Amino acid sequence: MVGIVIVAHSRTLAEGVAEVARAMGVGKAVVEPAGGDPDGGLGTSIVAVERAVEAASDGDAGVLLLADIGSSVLTAEMVVEDAREGTVLLADAPLVEGAVAAASMAAAGADLAAVHAAAESARDHRKRT
Amino acid sequence: MIGLTGPAADRWIRRAAALVSADAGELTRLDAAIGDGDHGHNLDRGFAAAVAALPADAPAGRVLIAAGRALVAKTGGASGPLYGTMLRRAGRVLDDCDDPDAADLGAALRAALDGVRELGRAEEGDKTMVDALAPAVAAYAAALDGGAPLPGAARAAADAAAAGADATVPMQARKGRASYLGERSVGHLDPGAASTALVLRALAETLEG
Repeated sequence: MVGIVIVAHSRTLAEGVAEVARAMGVGKAVVEPAGGDPDGGLGTSIVAVERAVEAASDGDAGVLLLADIGSSVLTAEMVVEDAREGTVLLADAPLVEGAVAAASMAAAGADLAAVHAAAESARDHRKRT
Repeated sequence: MIGLTGPAADRWIRRAAALVSADAGELTRLDAAIGDGDHGHNLDRGFAAAVAALPADAPAGRVLIAAGRALVAKTGGASGPLYGTMLRRAGRVLDDCDDPDAADLGAALRAALDGVRELGRAEEGDKTMVDALAPAVAAYAAALDGGAPLPGAARAAADAAAAGADATVPMQARKGRASYLGERSVGHLDPGAASTALVLRALAETLEG
């Protein structure tokens, strides 16, 4: 199954989004949080992201990254660049909506491209209208 | 023609770390005005890690790649991936050269700029470190073309980076936390451009001996 990693500036934020996404992935989706800087404060840690990617990996199914803002996005892009081509992707998606969409699709057994597309389609989900 | 040797690259990173450490308070003050107020502290931590990670007796390319990796791992803010990419891209270019000369350092600086532009999706005028790095790369190439020796070209790059950083004051930020401020970002020196000028100054001081 495709794994999902939540990259956020705060450990609590990453864990909270992962908790919601797991629930929407009917407990089957693997969603790993990577929140906070190397000292546990606010910020981003590439080491934490790499660990989470490893923990979320299931064979060759691949891992989708979702990031909050700024350095989370840049750090996630570096992890994508360093990974074997096509095995780790970053979604350009709102964090919560994207994570829920990705976890739902991953739990349905979809491949990485489909999980990535589901996360990015969450961009168009309006809260009202 | 002499290029950036391994020991010189080692001294460059140490010198950059010292300059960043000395100016950490000022960089953080600049960042508190338009950013999230941690640039000096974060970058100081990142460069301290880079110094600790410097390999012994390695060629310049290896030195810069190791320093870049440590910067990404320990900085914790957007400057980590950006500076890490800058040093890693430059390091990879030098690593591919048998005996890197001054022109190869120019190519390495160009690759560093391309990497920062690509990752940050920033162009000149966005009020970012690109506004210091881009003129520095151009000035280095122009000085070398004009027959300047390596230290002179590095000095031209450092001066252009400092002028480029100063030129960010009247700009309105289009990237990062400062971009949320709109017109309120005008009138402040960009902290990333300021720290980039320090790193280029460290290169010039290292090569001038």
